[in-house]
Amino acid sequence: MASTTPLDIPPAPPETRSRPRSTGRAGDKVFLGLSRGSGILLLVIMASIAVFLSYRAYLALSENEGNFLTTFDWNPAGDPPVFGIAVLLFGTVISSIIAMVIAVPIAVGIALFISHYAPRKLAAPLAYVIDLLAAVPSIVYGIWGALVLVPYLEGLNLWLDQFFGWTYFFEKTEIGAARSLFTVGILLAIMILPIVTSVSREVFLQVPKMNEEAALALGATRWEVIRLSVLPFGRSGIISASMLGLGRALGETMAVATVLSPSFLVSLHVLNPGGGTFAQNIAAKFGEANPLGRDALIASGLVLFILTLLVNGAARLIIARRKEYSGANA
Amino acid sequence: MAKRIDIGGLNAYYGSHKAIEDISMTVEPRSVTAFIGPSGCGKSTFLRTLNRMHEVTPGGRVEGKVLLDDEDLYGPGVDPVTVRRTVGMVFQRPNPFPTMSIFDNVAAGLRLNGSYRKNELSDIVEKSLKGANLWNEVKDRLNKPGSGLSGGQQQRLCIARAIAVEPDVLLMDEPCSALDPISTLAIEDLIGELKERFTIVIVTHNMQQAARVSDRTAFFNLSAVGKPGRLIEIDDTERIFSNPSVQATEDYISGRFG
Repeated sequence: MASTTPLDIPPAPPETRSRPRSTGRAGDKVFLGLSRGSGILLLVIMASIAVFLSYRAYLALSENEGNFLTTFDWNPAGDPPVFGIAVLLFGTVISSIIAMVIAVPIAVGIALFISHYAPRKLAAPLAYVIDLLAAVPSIVYGIWGALVLVPYLEGLNLWLDQFFGWTYFFEKTEIGAARSLFTVGILLAIMILPIVTSVSREVFLQVPKMNEEAALALGATRWEVIRLSVLPFGRSGIISASMLGLGRALGETMAVATVLSPSFLVSLHVLNPGGGTFAQNIAAKFGEANPLGRDALIASGLVLFILTLLVNGAARLIIARRKEYSGANA
Repeated sequence: MAKRIDIGGLNAYYGSHKAIEDISMTVEPRSVTAFIGPSGCGKSTFLRTLNRMHEVTPGGRVEGKVLLDDEDLYGPGVDPVTVRRTVGMVFQRPNPFPTMSIFDNVAAGLRLNGSYRKNELSDIVEKSLKGANLWNEVKDRLNKPGSGLSGGQQQRLCIARAIAVEPDVLLMDEPCSALDPISTLAIEDLIGELKERFTIVIVTHNMQQAARVSDRTAFFNLSAVGKPGRLIEIDDTERIFSNPSVQATEDYISGRFG
Protein backbone atom coordinates (compact mmCIF):
# COMPACT_ATOMS: atom_id res chain seq x y z
CA MET A 1 0.00 0.00 0.00
CA ALA A 2 1.56 3.25 -1.10
CA SER A 3 1.51 5.75 1.71
CA THR A 4 3.57 8.40 -0.01
CA THR A 5 1.44 11.31 -1.01
CA PRO A 6 2.39 14.21 -3.22
CA LEU A 7 2.76 16.23 -0.03
CA ASP A 8 5.64 14.06 1.07
CA ILE A 9 7.70 14.57 -2.05
CA PRO A 10 10.14 17.45 -1.74
CA PRO A 11 10.10 19.74 -4.77
CA ALA A 12 12.77 18.82 -7.26
CA PRO A 13 15.69 21.22 -7.23
CA PRO A 14 15.58 23.54 -10.24
CA GLU A 15 17.60 22.14 -13.05
CA THR A 16 20.84 24.00 -13.40
CA ARG A 17 22.10 24.18 -16.92
CA SER A 18 25.28 26.10 -16.39
CA ARG A 19 28.02 24.50 -18.41
CA PRO A 20 31.04 23.67 -16.30
CA ARG A 21 34.16 25.37 -17.57
CA SER A 22 36.72 23.19 -19.17
CA THR A 23 39.46 22.61 -16.67
CA GLY A 24 41.87 21.93 -19.46
CA ARG A 25 41.79 18.19 -19.06
CA ALA A 26 42.60 16.47 -22.34
CA GLY A 27 39.60 14.09 -22.22
CA ASP A 28 37.19 17.00 -21.86
CA LYS A 29 38.70 18.82 -24.80
CA VAL A 30 38.66 15.79 -27.07
CA PHE A 31 35.06 15.01 -26.16
CA LEU A 32 33.95 18.60 -26.58
CA GLY A 33 35.64 18.71 -29.98
CA LEU A 34 34.04 15.44 -31.06
CA SER A 35 30.52 16.30 -29.98
CA ARG A 36 30.69 19.84 -31.34
CA GLY A 37 32.17 18.48 -34.56
CA SER A 38 29.34 15.94 -34.95
CA GLY A 39 26.76 18.65 -34.40
CA ILE A 40 28.33 20.90 -37.01
CA LEU A 41 28.81 18.01 -39.44
CA LEU A 42 25.10 17.18 -39.22
CA LEU A 43 24.15 20.76 -40.04
CA VAL A 44 26.60 20.82 -42.94
CA ILE A 45 25.22 17.57 -44.35
CA MET A 46 21.63 18.79 -44.07
CA ALA A 47 22.51 22.11 -45.68
CA SER A 48 24.39 20.48 -48.55
CA ILE A 49 21.50 18.10 -49.25
CA ALA A 50 19.10 21.01 -49.33
CA VAL A 51 21.42 23.08 -51.55
CA PHE A 52 22.10 20.12 -53.85
CA LEU A 53 18.42 19.28 -54.24
CA SER A 54 17.41 22.88 -54.78
CA TYR A 55 20.20 23.63 -57.27
CA ARG A 56 19.64 20.52 -59.41
CA ALA A 57 15.89 21.04 -59.19
CA TYR A 58 16.40 24.64 -60.37
CA LEU A 59 18.48 23.42 -63.33
CA ALA A 60 15.75 21.01 -64.32
CA LEU A 61 12.84 23.38 -63.83
CA SER A 62 14.43 26.11 -65.93
CA GLU A 63 14.58 23.70 -68.90
CA ASN A 64 11.05 22.38 -68.39
CA GLU A 65 8.58 23.44 -71.06
CA GLY A 66 5.56 22.10 -69.18
CA ASN A 67 4.11 23.11 -65.85
CA PHE A 68 6.01 21.13 -63.20
CA LEU A 69 3.02 20.85 -60.89
CA THR A 70 0.20 20.08 -63.31
CA THR A 71 1.75 18.20 -66.22
CA PHE A 72 0.65 14.57 -66.61
CA ASP A 73 3.77 13.51 -68.40
CA TRP A 74 7.39 12.65 -67.71
CA ASN A 75 9.49 13.23 -70.79
CA PRO A 76 12.63 15.15 -69.91
CA ALA A 77 14.49 13.58 -72.84
CA GLY A 78 11.96 14.88 -75.36
CA ASP A 79 12.22 17.97 -77.51
CA PRO A 80 11.07 20.20 -75.91
CA PRO A 81 11.48 18.50 -72.46
CA VAL A 82 8.13 18.25 -70.66
CA PHE A 83 7.64 16.73 -67.24
CA GLY A 84 5.40 17.23 -64.20
CA ILE A 85 4.67 15.64 -60.86
CA ALA A 86 0.85 15.62 -60.95
CA VAL A 87 0.64 11.85 -61.43
CA LEU A 88 3.36 11.14 -58.89
CA LEU A 89 1.88 13.38 -56.22
CA PHE A 90 -1.54 11.87 -56.80
CA GLY A 91 -0.26 8.29 -56.70
CA THR A 92 1.88 8.88 -53.63
CA VAL A 93 -0.92 10.50 -51.66
CA ILE A 94 -3.65 8.07 -52.71
CA SER A 95 -1.60 4.93 -52.02
CA SER A 96 -0.56 6.34 -48.64
CA ILE A 97 -4.15 7.20 -47.74
CA ILE A 98 -5.27 3.66 -48.62
CA ALA A 99 -2.44 2.30 -46.49
CA MET A 100 -3.44 4.49 -43.55
CA VAL A 101 -7.13 3.62 -43.77
CA ILE A 102 -6.29 -0.09 -43.67
CA ALA A 103 -3.34 -0.07 -41.25
CA VAL A 104 -4.33 2.37 -38.51
CA PRO A 105 -7.50 0.61 -37.25
CA ILE A 106 -5.78 -2.78 -37.38
CA ALA A 107 -2.67 -1.43 -35.63
CA VAL A 108 -4.75 0.21 -32.89
CA GLY A 109 -6.67 -3.04 -32.46
CA ILE A 110 -3.47 -5.08 -32.16
CA ALA A 111 -1.97 -2.53 -29.77
CA LEU A 112 -5.07 -2.63 -27.55
CA PHE A 113 -5.05 -6.41 -27.61
CA ILE A 114 -1.41 -6.56 -26.57
CA SER A 115 -1.71 -3.88 -23.91
CA HIS A 116 -5.12 -4.64 -22.42
CA TYR A 117 -6.53 -7.98 -23.48
CA ALA A 118 -3.83 -10.55 -24.09
CA PRO A 119 -2.53 -12.56 -21.16
CA ARG A 120 1.04 -11.61 -20.30
CA LYS A 121 2.47 -14.82 -21.64
CA LEU A 122 1.01 -14.07 -25.06
CA ALA A 123 1.52 -10.29 -25.10
CA ALA A 124 5.32 -10.26 -25.09
CA PRO A 125 5.86 -12.74 -27.96
CA LEU A 126 3.09 -11.11 -29.97
CA ALA A 127 4.69 -7.68 -29.58
CA TYR A 128 7.96 -9.22 -30.67
CA VAL A 129 6.46 -10.77 -33.79
CA ILE A 130 4.90 -7.45 -34.78
CA ASP A 131 8.25 -5.73 -34.35
CA LEU A 132 9.79 -8.46 -36.47
CA LEU A 133 7.57 -7.38 -39.37
CA ALA A 134 9.57 -4.16 -39.40
CA ALA A 135 12.79 -6.10 -39.90
CA VAL A 136 11.73 -7.58 -43.25
CA PRO A 137 13.59 -5.73 -46.03
CA SER A 138 11.28 -3.77 -48.29
CA ILE A 139 12.50 -5.56 -51.44
CA VAL A 140 11.26 -8.80 -49.86
CA TYR A 141 7.87 -7.20 -49.34
CA GLY A 142 8.02 -6.11 -52.96
CA ILE A 143 8.75 -9.58 -54.30
CA TRP A 144 6.10 -11.11 -52.06
CA GLY A 145 3.67 -8.43 -53.20
CA ALA A 146 4.34 -9.07 -56.87
CA LEU A 147 4.37 -12.87 -56.71
CA VAL A 148 1.73 -13.57 -54.05
CA LEU A 149 -0.37 -10.53 -53.29
CA VAL A 150 -1.05 -9.42 -56.87
CA PRO A 151 -2.49 -12.77 -58.07
CA TYR A 152 -4.42 -13.29 -54.85
CA LEU A 153 -6.00 -9.85 -54.99
CA GLU A 154 -7.61 -10.45 -58.37
CA GLY A 155 -10.55 -12.18 -56.74
CA LEU A 156 -10.97 -9.38 -54.22
CA ASN A 157 -10.80 -6.83 -57.01
CA LEU A 158 -13.59 -8.56 -58.91
CA TRP A 159 -15.70 -8.70 -55.77
CA LEU A 160 -15.10 -5.03 -54.94
CA ASP A 161 -15.86 -4.06 -58.52
CA GLN A 162 -19.08 -6.07 -58.54
CA PHE A 163 -20.51 -4.91 -55.19
CA PHE A 164 -18.83 -1.56 -54.59
CA GLY A 165 -18.26 -0.41 -58.15
CA TRP A 166 -21.00 2.19 -57.59
CA THR A 167 -18.66 4.06 -55.22
CA TYR A 168 -16.59 4.98 -58.32
CA PHE A 169 -13.35 4.28 -56.44
CA PHE A 170 -13.77 0.52 -56.71
CA GLU A 171 -14.97 0.47 -60.28
CA LYS A 172 -12.42 -1.38 -62.36
CA THR A 173 -12.55 0.02 -65.86
CA GLU A 174 -9.37 -1.52 -67.23
CA ILE A 175 -8.52 -5.16 -67.36
CA GLY A 176 -5.11 -6.29 -66.20
CA ALA A 177 -3.30 -7.72 -63.22
CA ALA A 178 -3.84 -6.08 -59.85
CA ARG A 179 -0.71 -3.96 -60.13
CA SER A 180 -2.71 -1.00 -58.96
CA LEU A 181 -2.49 1.78 -56.39
CA PHE A 182 -4.94 -0.23 -54.30
CA THR A 183 -2.56 -3.19 -54.15
CA VAL A 184 0.30 -0.85 -53.36
CA GLY A 185 -1.82 0.62 -50.56
CA ILE A 186 -2.41 -2.84 -49.06
CA LEU A 187 1.28 -3.66 -49.24
CA LEU A 188 2.21 -0.33 -47.65
CA ALA A 189 -0.38 -0.99 -44.93
CA ILE A 190 1.41 -4.21 -44.00
CA MET A 191 4.72 -2.41 -44.03
CA ILE A 192 3.67 0.44 -41.72
CA LEU A 193 1.72 -1.83 -39.37
CA PRO A 194 4.67 -2.50 -37.02
CA ILE A 195 5.59 1.14 -36.39
CA VAL A 196 1.99 2.27 -35.85
CA THR A 197 1.36 -0.73 -33.58
CA SER A 198 4.43 -0.37 -31.42
CA VAL A 199 4.08 3.38 -30.90
CA SER A 200 0.37 3.02 -30.06
CA ARG A 201 1.12 0.13 -27.72
CA GLU A 202 3.67 2.21 -25.83
CA VAL A 203 1.14 5.01 -25.41
CA PHE A 204 -1.59 2.64 -24.24
CA LEU A 205 0.74 1.14 -21.65
CA GLN A 206 1.41 4.61 -20.29
CA VAL A 207 -2.21 5.31 -19.39
CA PRO A 208 -2.06 6.06 -15.64
CA LYS A 209 -3.49 3.23 -13.59
CA MET A 210 -5.68 5.62 -11.66
CA ASN A 211 -7.40 6.76 -14.86
CA GLU A 212 -8.31 3.19 -15.64
CA GLU A 213 -9.37 2.51 -12.06
CA ALA A 214 -11.65 5.55 -12.21
CA ALA A 215 -13.58 3.86 -14.98
CA LEU A 216 -13.42 0.40 -13.40
CA ALA A 217 -14.80 1.68 -10.09
CA LEU A 218 -17.81 3.10 -11.91
CA GLY A 219 -18.61 -0.39 -13.15
CA ALA A 220 -17.07 -0.11 -16.59
CA THR A 221 -16.47 -3.25 -18.62
CA ARG A 222 -13.10 -3.75 -20.23
CA TRP A 223 -14.21 -2.13 -23.47
CA GLU A 224 -15.75 0.77 -21.53
CA VAL A 225 -12.47 1.28 -19.66
CA ILE A 226 -10.76 1.53 -23.02
CA ARG A 227 -13.36 3.96 -24.32
CA LEU A 228 -13.40 6.15 -21.20
CA SER A 229 -9.74 6.14 -20.19
CA VAL A 230 -7.39 4.53 -22.67
CA LEU A 231 -8.47 5.98 -26.01
CA PRO A 232 -8.86 9.60 -24.83
CA PHE A 233 -5.43 9.42 -23.24
CA GLY A 234 -3.90 7.72 -26.26
CA ARG A 235 -5.61 9.70 -29.01
CA SER A 236 -2.75 12.05 -29.75
CA GLY A 237 -0.35 9.13 -29.51
CA ILE A 238 -2.34 7.27 -32.15
CA ILE A 239 -2.23 10.33 -34.38
CA SER A 240 1.51 10.73 -34.08
CA ALA A 241 2.02 6.99 -34.60
CA SER A 242 -0.04 7.25 -37.78
CA MET A 243 2.03 10.19 -38.95
CA LEU A 244 5.22 8.20 -38.48
CA GLY A 245 3.65 5.40 -40.52
CA LEU A 246 2.54 7.89 -43.15
CA GLY A 247 6.09 9.20 -43.40
CA ARG A 248 7.28 5.72 -44.20
CA ALA A 249 4.50 5.01 -46.67
CA LEU A 250 5.19 8.21 -48.60
CA GLY A 251 8.85 7.38 -49.11
CA GLU A 252 8.65 3.64 -49.75
CA THR A 253 10.49 2.80 -52.94
CA MET A 254 11.39 -0.78 -53.77
CA ALA A 255 8.18 -2.46 -52.70
CA VAL A 256 6.12 -0.01 -54.75
CA ALA A 257 8.43 -0.19 -57.75
CA THR A 258 8.20 -3.99 -57.75
CA VAL A 259 4.42 -4.18 -57.54
CA LEU A 260 3.12 -1.23 -59.55
CA SER A 261 2.91 -1.26 -63.31
CA PRO A 262 3.71 2.40 -63.83
CA SER A 263 1.79 4.64 -66.15
CA PHE A 264 1.31 8.37 -66.35
CA LEU A 265 -2.39 8.39 -65.64
CA VAL A 266 -4.41 9.92 -62.88
CA SER A 267 -7.47 7.91 -62.04
CA LEU A 268 -9.56 7.62 -58.92
CA HIS A 269 -10.46 4.09 -60.04
CA VAL A 270 -7.89 2.75 -57.60
CA LEU A 271 -8.25 -0.84 -58.83
CA ASN A 272 -7.04 0.01 -62.32
CA PRO A 273 -3.43 -0.93 -62.93
CA GLY A 274 -1.09 2.01 -63.35
CA GLY A 275 -0.15 5.20 -61.63
CA GLY A 276 3.10 6.09 -59.99
CA THR A 277 4.72 7.47 -56.86
CA PHE A 278 7.69 9.79 -56.38
CA ALA A 279 10.04 7.19 -55.00
CA GLN A 280 8.96 4.49 -57.46
CA ASN A 281 9.39 6.85 -60.40
CA ILE A 282 12.89 7.84 -59.32
CA ALA A 283 13.94 4.23 -58.80
CA ALA A 284 12.53 3.19 -62.17
CA LYS A 285 13.95 6.03 -64.28
CA PHE A 286 17.19 7.13 -62.65
CA GLY A 287 19.44 4.54 -64.24
CA GLU A 288 18.60 5.39 -67.84
CA ALA A 289 18.01 9.10 -67.49
CA ASN A 290 20.07 11.74 -69.31
CA PRO A 291 21.55 14.59 -67.23
CA LEU A 292 18.41 16.70 -67.51
CA GLY A 293 16.29 13.65 -66.69
CA ARG A 294 18.30 13.09 -63.54
CA ASP A 295 17.85 16.68 -62.49
CA ALA A 296 14.12 16.38 -63.15
CA LEU A 297 13.95 13.29 -60.94
CA ILE A 298 15.85 15.16 -58.24
CA ALA A 299 13.31 17.96 -58.50
CA SER A 300 10.54 15.43 -57.85
CA GLY A 301 12.61 14.12 -54.95
CA LEU A 302 12.65 17.62 -53.52
CA VAL A 303 8.85 17.68 -53.54
CA LEU A 304 8.74 14.34 -51.73
CA PHE A 305 11.30 15.69 -49.26
CA ILE A 306 9.07 18.69 -48.51
CA LEU A 307 5.96 16.51 -48.28
CA THR A 308 7.64 14.17 -45.76
CA LEU A 309 8.99 17.15 -43.85
CA LEU A 310 5.48 18.58 -43.54
CA VAL A 311 4.06 15.26 -42.34
CA ASN A 312 6.80 14.81 -39.76
CA GLY A 313 6.44 18.41 -38.65
CA ALA A 314 2.72 17.88 -38.13
CA ALA A 315 3.44 14.73 -36.12
CA ARG A 316 5.91 16.62 -33.93
CA LEU A 317 3.40 19.40 -33.34
CA ILE A 318 0.80 16.89 -32.20
CA ILE A 319 3.26 15.13 -29.91
CA ALA A 320 4.23 18.47 -28.36
CA ARG A 321 0.60 19.46 -27.84
CA ARG A 322 0.02 16.13 -26.11
CA LYS A 323 1.73 17.42 -22.99
CA GLU A 324 -1.02 19.97 -22.46
CA TYR A 325 -3.88 17.55 -22.17
CA SER A 326 -2.11 14.52 -20.89
CA GLY A 327 -4.27 14.75 -17.81
CA ALA A 328 -4.85 16.59 -14.58
CA ASN A 329 -2.66 14.43 -12.43
CA ALA A 330 -0.26 12.87 -14.84
CA MET B 1 -30.14 2.57 -0.64
CA ALA B 2 -27.58 2.00 2.08
CA LYS B 3 -26.80 -1.63 2.75
CA ARG B 4 -25.09 -3.61 5.49
CA ILE B 5 -21.84 -5.43 4.67
CA ASP B 6 -21.02 -8.70 6.40
CA ILE B 7 -17.50 -9.96 5.85
CA GLY B 8 -16.60 -13.49 6.85
CA GLY B 9 -13.19 -15.23 6.84
CA LEU B 10 -11.71 -13.06 4.12
CA ASN B 11 -8.19 -13.69 2.77
CA ALA B 12 -6.62 -11.72 -0.05
CA TYR B 13 -3.50 -12.57 -2.02
CA TYR B 14 -1.07 -10.97 -4.43
CA GLY B 15 0.13 -14.01 -6.31
CA SER B 16 1.42 -16.33 -3.62
CA HIS B 17 1.79 -13.55 -1.04
CA LYS B 18 -1.05 -13.41 1.46
CA ALA B 19 -1.79 -9.74 2.12
CA ILE B 20 -4.67 -10.02 4.60
CA GLU B 21 -5.82 -12.98 6.65
CA ASP B 22 -9.10 -14.14 8.11
CA ILE B 23 -10.96 -10.86 8.40
CA SER B 24 -14.52 -10.91 9.67
CA MET B 25 -16.57 -7.84 10.52
CA THR B 26 -19.85 -6.10 9.98
CA VAL B 27 -20.20 -2.64 8.47
CA GLU B 28 -23.41 -0.92 9.53
CA PRO B 29 -25.58 0.90 7.01
CA ARG B 30 -25.91 4.72 7.13
CA SER B 31 -22.76 5.11 9.16
CA VAL B 32 -19.08 5.80 8.59
CA THR B 33 -16.61 3.04 9.34
CA ALA B 34 -12.94 4.03 9.42
CA PHE B 35 -10.02 1.67 8.80
CA ILE B 36 -6.80 2.68 10.54
CA GLY B 37 -3.44 0.98 10.90
CA PRO B 38 0.19 1.26 9.88
CA SER B 39 1.28 1.30 6.23
CA GLY B 40 1.30 -2.10 4.61
CA CYS B 41 -1.17 -3.64 7.04
CA GLY B 42 -3.60 -4.37 4.20
CA LYS B 43 -6.38 -1.90 4.92
CA SER B 44 -6.47 -0.57 1.36
CA THR B 45 -6.28 -4.10 0.01
CA PHE B 46 -9.19 -5.04 2.24
CA LEU B 47 -11.15 -2.00 1.06
CA ARG B 48 -10.56 -3.02 -2.53
CA THR B 49 -11.96 -6.49 -1.89
CA LEU B 50 -15.28 -4.87 -0.98
CA ASN B 51 -15.98 -3.81 -4.58
CA ARG B 52 -13.92 -6.53 -6.26
CA MET B 53 -11.24 -4.07 -7.38
CA HIS B 54 -8.53 -6.18 -5.77
CA GLU B 55 -8.75 -8.82 -8.46
CA VAL B 56 -7.96 -6.21 -11.14
CA THR B 57 -4.36 -6.21 -9.92
CA PRO B 58 -2.42 -8.95 -11.72
CA GLY B 59 -2.23 -11.93 -9.36
CA GLY B 60 -4.93 -10.55 -7.08
CA ARG B 61 -7.12 -13.26 -5.53
CA VAL B 62 -9.71 -13.33 -2.75
CA GLU B 63 -11.13 -16.08 -0.54
CA GLY B 64 -14.04 -15.71 1.83
CA LYS B 65 -17.41 -14.03 1.89
CA VAL B 66 -18.57 -10.46 1.48
CA LEU B 67 -22.32 -10.25 1.96
CA LEU B 68 -24.11 -7.12 0.87
CA ASP B 69 -27.51 -7.48 2.58
CA ASP B 70 -27.25 -11.29 2.30
CA GLU B 71 -26.00 -11.28 -1.29
CA ASP B 72 -22.46 -12.68 -1.61
CA LEU B 73 -20.34 -10.43 -3.82
CA TYR B 74 -18.02 -13.38 -4.45
CA GLY B 75 -20.81 -15.84 -5.12
CA PRO B 76 -20.83 -17.90 -8.31
CA GLY B 77 -22.16 -16.02 -11.30
CA VAL B 78 -21.75 -12.57 -9.76
CA ASP B 79 -20.34 -10.15 -12.30
CA PRO B 80 -17.66 -7.87 -10.78
CA VAL B 81 -18.82 -5.10 -13.13
CA THR B 82 -22.28 -5.19 -11.52
CA VAL B 83 -20.72 -5.19 -8.05
CA ARG B 84 -18.76 -2.03 -8.85
CA ARG B 85 -21.92 -0.34 -10.04
CA THR B 86 -23.46 -0.80 -6.59
CA VAL B 87 -20.33 -0.23 -4.51
CA GLY B 88 -18.76 3.10 -5.48
CA MET B 89 -15.17 4.10 -4.81
CA VAL B 90 -13.17 7.29 -4.31
CA PHE B 91 -9.40 7.07 -4.59
CA GLN B 92 -6.38 8.49 -2.83
CA ARG B 93 -5.60 10.94 -5.58
CA PRO B 94 -8.39 12.73 -7.43
CA ASN B 95 -8.83 11.01 -10.78
CA PRO B 96 -11.39 12.77 -12.93
CA PHE B 97 -11.37 11.75 -16.60
CA PRO B 98 -8.89 14.35 -17.86
CA THR B 99 -10.35 14.93 -21.30
CA MET B 100 -13.97 15.15 -20.14
CA SER B 101 -15.87 18.21 -19.02
CA ILE B 102 -17.16 18.54 -15.46
CA PHE B 103 -20.65 17.59 -16.62
CA ASP B 104 -19.46 14.55 -18.55
CA ASN B 105 -17.36 13.40 -15.61
CA VAL B 106 -20.41 13.27 -13.36
CA ALA B 107 -22.54 11.75 -16.10
CA ALA B 108 -19.95 9.10 -17.02
CA GLY B 109 -21.27 6.43 -14.66
CA LEU B 110 -24.88 7.11 -15.64
CA ARG B 111 -24.07 6.78 -19.32
CA LEU B 112 -22.49 3.40 -18.61
CA ASN B 113 -25.58 2.19 -16.81
CA GLY B 114 -28.17 3.10 -19.36
CA SER B 115 -29.65 5.80 -21.52
CA TYR B 116 -31.08 8.92 -19.98
CA ARG B 117 -32.86 11.85 -21.50
CA LYS B 118 -30.89 15.03 -21.65
CA ASN B 119 -32.87 16.91 -19.00
CA GLU B 120 -33.01 13.82 -16.80
CA LEU B 121 -29.24 13.62 -17.01
CA SER B 122 -28.68 17.27 -16.16
CA ASP B 123 -31.03 16.94 -13.17
CA ILE B 124 -28.99 14.07 -11.76
CA VAL B 125 -25.71 15.85 -12.48
CA GLU B 126 -26.96 18.94 -10.64
CA LYS B 127 -28.22 16.86 -7.72
CA SER B 128 -24.92 14.96 -7.47
CA LEU B 129 -22.79 18.10 -7.64
CA LYS B 130 -24.97 19.66 -4.95
CA GLY B 131 -24.61 16.47 -2.94
CA ALA B 132 -20.85 16.81 -3.21
CA ASN B 133 -20.96 20.51 -2.20
CA LEU B 134 -19.44 21.48 -5.51
CA TRP B 135 -22.41 22.89 -7.43
CA ASN B 136 -21.96 26.53 -6.49
CA GLU B 137 -18.33 26.52 -7.52
CA VAL B 138 -18.80 24.92 -10.94
CA LYS B 139 -22.36 25.66 -12.08
CA ASP B 140 -21.13 28.32 -14.53
CA ARG B 141 -18.46 26.14 -16.11
CA LEU B 142 -19.95 22.68 -16.44
CA ASN B 143 -18.52 22.40 -19.94
CA LYS B 144 -14.96 23.16 -18.87
CA PRO B 145 -12.56 20.23 -18.35
CA GLY B 146 -12.61 18.67 -14.90
CA SER B 147 -8.83 18.71 -14.83
CA GLY B 148 -8.92 22.51 -14.52
CA LEU B 149 -10.29 22.37 -10.96
CA SER B 150 -8.20 22.48 -7.81
CA GLY B 151 -7.25 19.24 -6.09
CA GLY B 152 -9.98 19.51 -3.46
CA GLN B 153 -12.58 20.37 -6.10
CA GLN B 154 -11.42 17.45 -8.23
CA GLN B 155 -11.85 15.10 -5.31
CA ARG B 156 -15.39 16.39 -4.70
CA LEU B 157 -16.00 15.97 -8.43
CA CYS B 158 -14.95 12.34 -8.07
CA ILE B 159 -17.35 11.98 -5.13
CA ALA B 160 -20.13 13.51 -7.23
CA ARG B 161 -19.29 11.03 -10.00
CA ALA B 162 -19.44 8.15 -7.53
CA ILE B 163 -22.76 9.14 -5.91
CA ALA B 164 -24.44 10.01 -9.22
CA VAL B 165 -25.13 6.33 -9.84
CA GLU B 166 -26.73 5.99 -6.37
CA PRO B 167 -24.50 3.21 -5.03
CA ASP B 168 -25.35 1.19 -1.93
CA VAL B 169 -21.92 1.66 -0.45
CA LEU B 170 -19.23 4.30 -0.88
CA LEU B 171 -15.61 3.25 -0.34
CA MET B 172 -13.01 5.96 0.22
CA ASP B 173 -9.31 5.14 0.09
CA GLU B 174 -7.47 7.94 1.92
CA PRO B 175 -9.58 10.52 0.09
CA CYS B 176 -7.88 13.51 1.74
CA SER B 177 -4.24 12.48 1.80
CA ALA B 178 -3.43 14.51 -1.32
CA LEU B 179 -5.39 17.58 -0.19
CA ASP B 180 -4.68 20.70 1.83
CA PRO B 181 -6.35 21.16 5.26
CA ILE B 182 -9.18 23.39 3.98
CA SER B 183 -10.13 20.97 1.21
CA THR B 184 -9.84 18.15 3.74
CA LEU B 185 -12.34 19.89 5.99
CA ALA B 186 -14.73 20.29 3.06
CA ILE B 187 -14.52 16.57 2.30
CA GLU B 188 -14.99 15.64 5.96
CA ASP B 189 -18.11 17.81 6.21
CA LEU B 190 -19.35 16.13 3.06
CA ILE B 191 -18.78 12.66 4.51
CA GLY B 192 -20.93 13.67 7.48
CA GLU B 193 -23.77 14.57 5.09
CA LEU B 194 -23.37 11.55 2.83
CA LYS B 195 -23.70 9.04 5.63
CA GLU B 196 -27.40 9.90 5.82
CA ARG B 197 -27.80 8.17 2.47
CA PHE B 198 -24.91 5.74 2.04
CA THR B 199 -22.88 3.17 3.89
CA ILE B 200 -19.42 4.71 3.99
CA VAL B 201 -16.09 2.99 4.54
CA ILE B 202 -13.01 5.20 4.73
CA VAL B 203 -9.33 4.28 4.95
CA THR B 204 -7.25 6.95 6.62
CA HIS B 205 -3.78 7.51 8.04
CA ASN B 206 -5.00 10.50 9.96
CA MET B 207 -6.29 9.41 13.34
CA GLN B 208 -7.89 12.76 14.08
CA GLN B 209 -9.79 12.34 10.87
CA ALA B 210 -10.96 8.88 11.89
CA ALA B 211 -12.04 10.30 15.24
CA ARG B 212 -13.85 13.22 13.59
CA VAL B 213 -15.77 11.52 10.82
CA SER B 214 -16.39 7.92 11.78
CA ASP B 215 -18.94 6.13 13.92
CA ARG B 216 -16.99 2.91 14.12
CA THR B 217 -13.27 2.30 13.74
CA ALA B 218 -11.41 -0.83 12.78
CA PHE B 219 -7.73 -1.21 13.64
CA PHE B 220 -5.53 -3.38 11.43
CA ASN B 221 -2.01 -4.53 12.06
CA LEU B 222 0.49 -7.14 10.95
CA SER B 223 2.31 -9.31 13.39
CA ALA B 224 5.63 -9.02 11.54
CA VAL B 225 7.03 -7.74 8.26
CA GLY B 226 6.04 -10.13 5.46
CA LYS B 227 3.16 -11.57 7.47
CA PRO B 228 -0.41 -10.93 6.35
CA GLY B 229 -2.37 -8.05 7.90
CA ARG B 230 -5.14 -8.84 10.38
CA LEU B 231 -8.07 -7.09 11.95
CA ILE B 232 -7.10 -6.37 15.56
CA GLU B 233 -10.38 -4.93 16.73
CA ILE B 234 -13.43 -3.00 15.61
CA ASP B 235 -15.58 -0.96 17.94
CA ASP B 236 -17.36 2.35 18.34
CA THR B 237 -14.93 5.12 17.45
CA GLU B 238 -15.36 6.73 20.82
CA ARG B 239 -14.40 3.55 22.58
CA ILE B 240 -11.43 2.81 20.31
CA PHE B 241 -9.97 6.22 20.98
CA SER B 242 -10.68 6.32 24.72
CA ASN B 243 -10.62 2.81 26.00
CA PRO B 244 -9.63 0.17 23.41
CA SER B 245 -9.77 -3.43 24.49
CA VAL B 246 -6.48 -4.44 22.86
CA GLN B 247 -3.15 -3.05 24.00
CA ALA B 248 -1.77 -2.80 20.41
CA THR B 249 -4.59 -0.46 19.46
CA GLU B 250 -3.84 1.83 22.35
CA ASP B 251 -0.13 1.79 21.50
CA TYR B 252 -0.84 2.73 17.90
CA ILE B 253 -3.31 5.46 18.72
CA SER B 254 -1.14 7.03 21.39
CA GLY B 255 1.88 6.96 19.09
CA ARG B 256 3.78 4.30 21.02
CA PHE B 257 3.72 2.04 18.02
CA GLY B 258 6.78 0.24 16.64
